[in-house]
Amino acid sequence: MDVAAVEAILEKYPQVRGNLIGILHEVQNHFHYLPEAELRYISKRTGIPITQIYSIVNFYNRFSLTPKGRNEVCVCLGTACHVNGAEKVLNAIEEKLHIKPGETTDDMRYSLEEVRCIGACSLAPAVVINEETYGQVTPRQVGKLLDKYK
Amino acid sequence: MDNMSSDNKKEIVISVCTGTGGVAAGGYKVLDAFEQALAESGLSATYTPRTHKVGCRGFCAKDVLVDVAVDGQLHTYQYVTPERARKIVEEHIQGGKPIEKWLVKKDYHQFHDKQQKLVLANCGRIDPESIDEYLAAGGYKAAEKALAMDPDEIIEIIKASGLRGRGGGGFPTGIKWQSCRQAKGDVKYVLCNADEGDPGAFMDRSIIEGNAHSVIEGMIIGAHAIGANEGYVYIRAEYPLAVDRLKLALEQAREKNFLGEKIFGTDFNFDIRVVLGAGAFVCGESTALMTSIEDKAGEPRPKYVHTTDRGLWGRPSNLNNVETWANVPLIIEKGAEWYAAIGSEKSKGTKIFSLVGKINNTGLVEVPMGIPLRDIIFEIGGGIPKKRAFKAVQTGGPSGGCIPASHLDMPVDYENLSAAGSMMGSGGMIVMDEDTCMVDVAKYFLDFCKNEGCGQCTPCREGVAQLVRLLTEITEGKGTPEHIPLMEELAVMIKDASLCALGTSAPNPVLSTLQYFREEYEAHIYEKRCPAAVCKALTSFYIDEEKCTGCTLCARNCPAGAIYGEKKEPHHIDQDKCVKCRVCYENCKFGAVMKGQGGMAHD
Repeated sequence: MDVAAVEAILEKYPQVRGNLIGILHEVQNHFHYLPEAELRYISKRTGIPITQIYSIVNFYNRFSLTPKGRNEVCVCLGTACHVNGAEKVLNAIEEKLHIKPGETTDDMRYSLEEVRCIGACSLAPAVVINEETYGQVTPRQVGKLLDKYK
Repeated sequence: MDNMSSDNKKEIVISVCTGTGGVAAGGYKVLDAFEQALAESGLSATYTPRTHKVGCRGFCAKDVLVDVAVDGQLHTYQYVTPERARKIVEEHIQGGKPIEKWLVKKDYHQFHDKQQKLVLANCGRIDPESIDEYLAAGGYKAAEKALAMDPDEIIEIIKASGLRGRGGGGFPTGIKWQSCRQAKGDVKYVLCNADEGDPGAFMDRSIIEGNAHSVIEGMIIGAHAIGANEGYVYIRAEYPLAVDRLKLALEQAREKNFLGEKIFGTDFNFDIRVVLGAGAFVCGESTALMTSIEDKAGEPRPKYVHTTDRGLWGRPSNLNNVETWANVPLIIEKGAEWYAAIGSEKSKGTKIFSLVGKINNTGLVEVPMGIPLRDIIFEIGGGIPKKRAFKAVQTGGPSGGCIPASHLDMPVDYENLSAAGSMMGSGGMIVMDEDTCMVDVAKYFLDFCKNEGCGQCTPCREGVAQLVRLLTEITEGKGTPEHIPLMEELAVMIKDASLCALGTSAPNPVLSTLQYFREEYEAHIYEKRCPAAVCKALTSFYIDEEKCTGCTLCARNCPAGAIYGEKKEPHHIDQDKCVKCRVCYENCKFGAVMKGQGGMAHD
């Protein structure tokens, strides 16, 4: 367990009340998921019951209890993307990576997620890889796009 | 040269769009290219060159959009790339000849002509990361003015302006403020809902990315009117750029003493905290939003207790949407009468819509309330691409409905949208053409609500899941005559019995499509045919031999290798191999690919 990393995050939030989701975001950004040992440590340090933390982690889509790949591929399935063929883009990515949304490739290179609207509707269909947003993505471009991320 | 005063120098101002759309199209690279080219050009001897980033101006489909103003002469370029940027510096700025072919075209002007930009006036003009530019545009004057006013006077102005909530319901803002002001308690909160979860809506994202200070200013005014010393902005984690710009704007406002203790030199203390969402649509519902800030799973609470009495942490709270807050400084600055003169009888001011889907001019538009739907879609939006027919426009997100062509002349405001079976919602407008299947659209939204429901109450959790099951059966060709009445019965139950607005409005997409497009459901059920050729089980494609020229485009693009035929001879589709991906249909230049019924073999 990486106590130092968790402590560094907790230090930024002298007041835990109203900040638990923010803390979990930072922990997830650091570890690429929410490891159980670290969550138990946060529970002890803050006095927030582990059951409450667990219910939050389970409720919100952004949080994951299993490790994520180095590159997070998010396919937007918002309405504008849906009517502009987002499913075909998603299928092309699934075929290329051999994983379904919510899964990670065995080599930990990619995780695939669906997201319901990233607000980039004028770019539909849109795909976000890590922090980069790509617009008007076609199923044919998918291979090249993914290859850029090692 | 050194003795030349800067006053004599001509000014060059280059504004590059760096909203989410602009950044995705390479906005920062274009900005760098301009800076570099200007530095290398030696123009600084005779000019004062200034490059700056601006927020979204709405027409993201043309990004990267760049305004080039040389000595006050403005030209706007579209689809700018770093290479083009260097050329523009060379030929336009140095050579004095604007590059005509890269300038915006008629559609850019058509897109803007019928708009009335009030809330978005500064988006796309000022640098969203500079408080000084907002101040130079008159920013924070309204807050300063309001802080010198009596809180009741402010509330009266907001009431008289007719401002209504822009997040969906359209509740009168002034009345909400008054209830919260009159509620008992020393500690009160003002909250901003920036959890813009409706798929197809991005107005709040653009306001925060383009001018976050206007939202902060609105919240300062509201806090003073209500008597709150603490504010929260609950914002989606899916909007990283907006989160960064909001946090930066808050820092800048604190430095200027617009936030913090004794703000603007008065005795009033007020500060704002940012709380991130974590990917739960239901948290856009007011009570779920507060539960989420309270470190819990975002489950809605029953609404018989008003938020204005017992809201966040059990204290009186006033929640407004981003766009509502951004309207407030305008009203304080220019007066209730000015504001109330804009819009229709019961819906005042302007509304921002995101115009997306099957439409030529995709983007963000701000129009006066009451503008005919036709003007938005066919004038501002420039109509439907590929000369296809308009079928419907979906408004109000998953809680809304689909409005058919027969309602195109309807003035767009809260009342008319509700009467048409839809709602204002946060302002997403998704345009659908003849190739959109309305049963599929209803299934899409219900599936969305099924995934995003919190699971607390049975009518929503189980009822919506059953609606999805019935819709799926229809799209798979397994619909029976009982499906429609069963869905209608279920929909009424879900509407009546669900706990929160997500549940009570979830059946709307089904009900509105049944109201206006019942014949499409019937075609699926009785004829086993999807008229739009979307539902794979009920669709086939075939090639009209008369129209086919044998250009081979379809055969080359078919991912399944299902199209065969000799060059310059009519082609054919092997129905066994066809995966119904529509690529041939969408790409045929001769309209030779035809939509047929499911399971048909035309070869």
